[in-house]
Amino acid sequence: MNKTRPKHLALWQIRFPLPAIVSGLHRISGALLVLSIPFILYALEGSLSSAERFAAFKSCIGNPFVKLGLLVVLWGLLHHACAGTRFLLMDIHKGVDLPTARLSAKLVMAVSLVLTVVIGVVAW
Amino acid sequence: MVNRKVVGAHYGLRDWLVQRVTAVIMLVYGIAVAAFVLFASGASFEAWQALFACTWVKVLTTVTIVALLWHAWVGTRDIWMDYAYHTGVRLTLHVLTILWLVASFVYSVKVVWGA
Repeated sequence: MNKTRPKHLALWQIRFPLPAIVSGLHRISGALLVLSIPFILYALEGSLSSAERFAAFKSCIGNPFVKLGLLVVLWGLLHHACAGTRFLLMDIHKGVDLPTARLSAKLVMAVSLVLTVVIGVVAW
Repeated sequence: MVNRKVVGAHYGLRDWLVQRVTAVIMLVYGIAVAAFVLFASGASFEAWQALFACTWVKVLTTVTIVALLWHAWVGTRDIWMDYAYHTGVRLTLHVLTILWLVASFVYSVKVVWGA
């Protein structure tokens, strides 16, 4: 066995199936969430603080750029939670056949994006 | 002789299982808090503050934060093991990750239990 197999590592040429994209985004959103831990804690601190500090906190997250950043983190959280739930179900052998796996990958994308948009619109 | 690396994954089921158990803890906590905001409080500032004034809520929040940081450790280490091959580089990244997570834990104790 000395065949050199073709390697297709040109990521922009590979067409990934949706479950692969969901898996990749699970990792990317996870890394994003690790980096946001202190900022999420800061938000919790702001929401639990006294009235005058709460006003300052409110004006801080009222900034459109901060709001946009929070929505990105919110999408990361929703995607990570939905995709993670999908992986947990697969661990107990639920939905491991191809049609169901593709459908659940679509569901993960749709639910996390729609919820982010809905919460974004409500909170804006 | 198995080639075991000092920055490897401990080669067992434990971390795999930790990742799942901590995920379930966070899901249960997250759904409970989301349900409170949606249905119980009317999203009022006072109800939110009253909830986090309860000792049992503080305890469960701290437990969930420990689960979160442990989960973050296993996940981040998986990323470093996939992309950082040089042992020294990877060890440095591991140490920086641990510092980040421990610092987050100290800050979370201040936030949850009050200054």
